[in-house]
Amino acid sequence: MKLTICGGRLIDPAQQLDEVIDIHIADGRVLALGQAPAGFTPERTLHAEGLVVAPGFIDIGAHLREPGPSYKGNLRSETKAALAGGYTSICCRPDTSPCIDSSAVVQQILDKAEALGQAKVRPIGAMTKGLEGTHLSNMAGLQHSGCVAVTNMRNAIDNTLVLRRCFEYASTFDLRVVFYPEDSWLKGEGCVNEGALATRLGLASVPAAAEAIGLSRVLHLIENTGVKVHFGMLSTARAVEMIANAQKRGLAVTADVDIAHLIYTEKEIDGYNSQFFVEPPLRSAADREALRQGVRDGVLSAISSAHLPHEEAAKMAPFAAAEPGMATLETVLAQGLSLVEQEIISLPQLVERLSTGPAKALGLNSGSLSIGQAADICLFKTDQTWTVQHGELFSAGENYPQKGETLSGQVMFTLVDGRVVFER
Amino acid sequence: MTSVTHSSTDPRTVQLTEDGKLRHFLTIGGLNKAILEEILDTADSFVNMGEQSVKKVPLLRGKTVVNLFFENSTRTRSTFELAAKRLSADVLNLDISKSATAKGETLKDTLQNLEAMGSDMFVIRHADSGAQHFIASQVTPNVAIINAGDGRHAHPTQAMLDMYTIRKHKGDFSKLKVAIVGDILHSRVARSQVQALNMLGAQEVRLIGPKTLLPATFAEMGAKLYTRMEDGLKDVDVVIMLRLQKERMDGALLPSEGEFYRLYGLTTEKLNYARPDAIVMHPGPINRGVEIESAVADGPQSLILNQVSYGIAIRMAVMSMAISGQTQQKVQQQLSAQQSEDDNEEASA
Repeated sequence: MKLTICGGRLIDPAQQLDEVIDIHIADGRVLALGQAPAGFTPERTLHAEGLVVAPGFIDIGAHLREPGPSYKGNLRSETKAALAGGYTSICCRPDTSPCIDSSAVVQQILDKAEALGQAKVRPIGAMTKGLEGTHLSNMAGLQHSGCVAVTNMRNAIDNTLVLRRCFEYASTFDLRVVFYPEDSWLKGEGCVNEGALATRLGLASVPAAAEAIGLSRVLHLIENTGVKVHFGMLSTARAVEMIANAQKRGLAVTADVDIAHLIYTEKEIDGYNSQFFVEPPLRSAADREALRQGVRDGVLSAISSAHLPHEEAAKMAPFAAAEPGMATLETVLAQGLSLVEQEIISLPQLVERLSTGPAKALGLNSGSLSIGQAADICLFKTDQTWTVQHGELFSAGENYPQKGETLSGQVMFTLVDGRVVFER
Repeated sequence: MTSVTHSSTDPRTVQLTEDGKLRHFLTIGGLNKAILEEILDTADSFVNMGEQSVKKVPLLRGKTVVNLFFENSTRTRSTFELAAKRLSADVLNLDISKSATAKGETLKDTLQNLEAMGSDMFVIRHADSGAQHFIASQVTPNVAIINAGDGRHAHPTQAMLDMYTIRKHKGDFSKLKVAIVGDILHSRVARSQVQALNMLGAQEVRLIGPKTLLPATFAEMGAKLYTRMEDGLKDVDVVIMLRLQKERMDGALLPSEGEFYRLYGLTTEKLNYARPDAIVMHPGPINRGVEIESAVADGPQSLILNQVSYGIAIRMAVMSMAISGQTQQKVQQQLSAQQSEDDNEEASA
């Protein structure tokens, strides 16, 4: 299939491009930019005047709910939601049911995703068996069957020696580790940020120190083992500072922040709105400012979705008894654009943090539209307003806290390997 | 991007009708001095009923009050039951901790079933902070919610009966220094008391305890924090002792019962730090020899038993005010529904 996207504003941070230029695609790859090659006749032309053309977004850590209870979502619903949000690749988290700690599960996910032909799925495997934090998983096998990294999610590895062995073993195969730093003891039953608000609401809280202590422990082991670690979903100012210092010292660490922590603060939970119960908890305005600064400076090179779809009932409970998490895949772009609108980051920076940044963090050969690259592309309209409601959303998740709100910015086309797999 | 609205669960609005009357009673936060004083004044009219031969008024006649206790409490439940019966309501007591949730029924299902039975008021105790806010956001306009204690968050009727006790025995709040002592961290009573005392204009609110039970963040609720009884009790007019739960006496929060009593137990000797006419209160049930000496609990400055009888009057006041606010709101809604129907008819005619 030959295709031309003409008249769009191409933003490709990897090539430092931000200009109106045509893209010509053949055999699923970018064939040329600008002038069409001699004799090239597209079978379809996408008229992209007024649209931004960007590398398809890549997410680190969305939950695609398969295998697992289908009422919370499944590969069909969530990879479709991904496309609607501009994502062409999802590095999905391993705490499925059963969890992604065997090649069989990886194969099952990859086969189904391929058959669906929607967003590409690149699983992140479990770092320990059953994510239990005691025995190493078959990391080499997981890598061989297609896992792009391993993680233990937020499940504690209390024994520091086990953690060190995990890192040593992963680094043997140059396998990346995605780590969500948190001291499980300090977290305890906590569900909101420690501070005056938690005190007034009488909710058990998680101090910012839980993240800093978890992070500090891992930074020391990285120096010991040389493992490549990407830190996910940082939530505190102190963590951003620690990552910046580690990067200055030359450690090979990258980090992301999820969209909710860039947009919201703990204020949202006043009134016990369980839609804003997320892990780690929403933090203070000062933390949010530091996270935004980190995204601007590049200390945080990726913005993740932390997409965690739930059925309606999961949130219909008193705050701490509700299930944590937010559905986000279809609102990340609009919310990211609100940061651009407020001049917190630039549009090319937003595109970079959603595509090139995550690709580099996990060592993926994607996230760019240079010649020869897979034509994974999204086209979006920055000023397209839409209301977050049924009919607009494809995720099975009912837990979009923005329901009823009108947002600005929407994906109009998504291409995977040169095929138009989503259009609005 | 528009901002998120919390109209359904916001404690600042959910408790009041459009014209500012009490509709649910969930927490002291978000209320105002006028409403708190109205509660105290209304309770005043009920407080001597226990001594009358006919202990009933017909304010809640024909109404059904359901006591929904997801956490066990014989004492609080009994005072609510008595209060409802003195208002002539029909009362249903449900011990949910043993029935519905054990069968896997969700909270929402339980509520819908009870609503279908034509309940007018739920008196609820729940172990999760904010549970009553959630419930208030889910029920129909026909039901009023009274919070009988949620997690660590609030116990507003207890706080109001304490305010009643203080006003009755000490008078003007603006001249009073009040100290609350013990396990502040886990106490919904302390949180509600601090809010009520500040709203009523108390001169000074003090919290006393070891730092494991008294996080610094309590200062932002409008209280001065003390770690030594000698400093915290100095010149206070009111001493409120809190109950220390058995399971918190040993372990990482406190080294031992004995050390706690030695440092924070209210003994005759420590009571001497306070003003000579200071009153002593406790939400009960008391642990003699753990947080309070028997000689103090039973002594002339103690008002612990008065608190219990005032508690019935306060609960009657809150229940009658909430039912009246609820009825008023329902009438208004019906009127406005009628109005819009009429408008539609006019428009179509």
